[in-house]
Amino acid sequence: MKQAWVDLQQVSVHWGAVHALEKVSLILSAGERVALIGSNGSGKSTLLRVAHGLIAPTQGRVEYAACLRQAMLFQRPHLLRMSALNNMALGLWLDRQQRLTWAQALKAAWVALARVGLEDVAHHNGRTLSGGQLQRLALARAWARQPQLLVLDEPTASLDPYAKREVEALIHSFSQSRPDVGLLFASHNLGQVKRLASRVVYLEQGRVDADLPVAEFFDSDRLRAVSPKAQSFVQGELP
Amino acid sequence: MTSFSDSLQAAFSLILAFDPALWAVVMRSLSVSATACVLACLLGYALGAFLGVHRFRGRGVVIGVLNTMLALPSVVVGLGVYMLLSRSGPMGFLGWLFSFKAMVLAQSVLLLPLVTALTRQIVQDAENMHGEQWTSLGAGSCVRAALLAWDERLALLTVGVTAFGRAIAEVGAVMIVGGNIDGFTRVMTTAIALETSKGDLPLALGLGGVLLAVVGFMHALLAALRWAALRCQTSLAQPLTVRLL
Repeated sequence: MKQAWVDLQQVSVHWGAVHALEKVSLILSAGERVALIGSNGSGKSTLLRVAHGLIAPTQGRVEYAACLRQAMLFQRPHLLRMSALNNMALGLWLDRQQRLTWAQALKAAWVALARVGLEDVAHHNGRTLSGGQLQRLALARAWARQPQLLVLDEPTASLDPYAKREVEALIHSFSQSRPDVGLLFASHNLGQVKRLASRVVYLEQGRVDADLPVAEFFDSDRLRAVSPKAQSFVQGELP
Repeated sequence: MTSFSDSLQAAFSLILAFDPALWAVVMRSLSVSATACVLACLLGYALGAFLGVHRFRGRGVVIGVLNTMLALPSVVVGLGVYMLLSRSGPMGFLGWLFSFKAMVLAQSVLLLPLVTALTRQIVQDAENMHGEQWTSLGAGSCVRAALLAWDERLALLTVGVTAFGRAIAEVGAVMIVGGNIDGFTRVMTTAIALETSKGDLPLALGLGGVLLAVVGFMHALLAALRWAALRCQTSLAQPLTVRLL
């Protein structure tokens, strides 16, 4: 039995009349690579934020493994108006668990930038990086925090196909280098889900409608039996 | 019309001749407004950034009051500061009334709501857009406020210039707490009001011209700084001086 990093129990998130999540229960274990899929507004991003601790549930509980280290990669990472190196170092310096000095953070930032092939743009203003470079930098920053759980919100949604492949390859390589790390990511790209995930959760109007291992999820007969809506979504036959 | 053109010509002569009376008033104006602006910005940036990021009970009321104070008339501020500093007032023991310090205090009070309210809006917009990313990285509300304010420094610079423009152009507060004493607390706006009432239009026009030129210069400087910063943002090599912007 693998260790559970995060345990969401009957979690609901309501914003006035909007029910973003409704009684979602989900356990994310070490080494699991869980993909969240569903149509826009189905609650994927909210669920990621609840799991990461950015949003408190209106109802239900979220339990974390003791001293869980987690990091999140956003769809459009924000860099300050300073060099890519300083942005990277700042992200590491802010990490309360590593407690690095600024000099140590700068050193670690160089290593992290080199890991994703961005040494050449280390002194460029963060705002001048391309979408792919930005996402690689943010991914390296998240990874350098040595997370046990990495949360990714549509990490390749706004990238061109080449940058998409690069970022996806990095995610794959990172998760291979530390197999105990849990991945929780939202994606609209079913090919990417097939390549990266070990388990797929389908959300429908804030509820978990299907939660299956990746092989079973992409087995049409099995998916139809579990969730006809998920089957329609996968086939692109949304009602 | 002849009188107007004569006055204008005389005003230019005063400016170009570096008339000591005119330039003394100009320098006093600049120092009062610049000092008040720096003080209001130091406090207003910090307060505004904190309000932009931090959530607490009664925050909406504080912001409502702050926004209302944007319309605070300068004469009301002058009156309030006058009452504070008058001999029987709570700060009367300082003996600041009709002094440089009183004028700086009045203008600082006038500018503080402006700087705080505009900073709050700028930082809050940045917080709404990117705050959760910095929270995710481990930044608490004070660190976020500082980082986002730093990131929006060009917008905050515009706030500073706007505040300076309001300070140097106001007449009510400095008139009440400064007393428009010749050679001591007379500034450009109070001098313009006085010289106009005396009929000395060339000096009043000259001061008016300098006032506009100072504000124009500040905006040109701001535009140059923004241009340099944007140019630096798109250039590959960044000199340290520009990188700091």
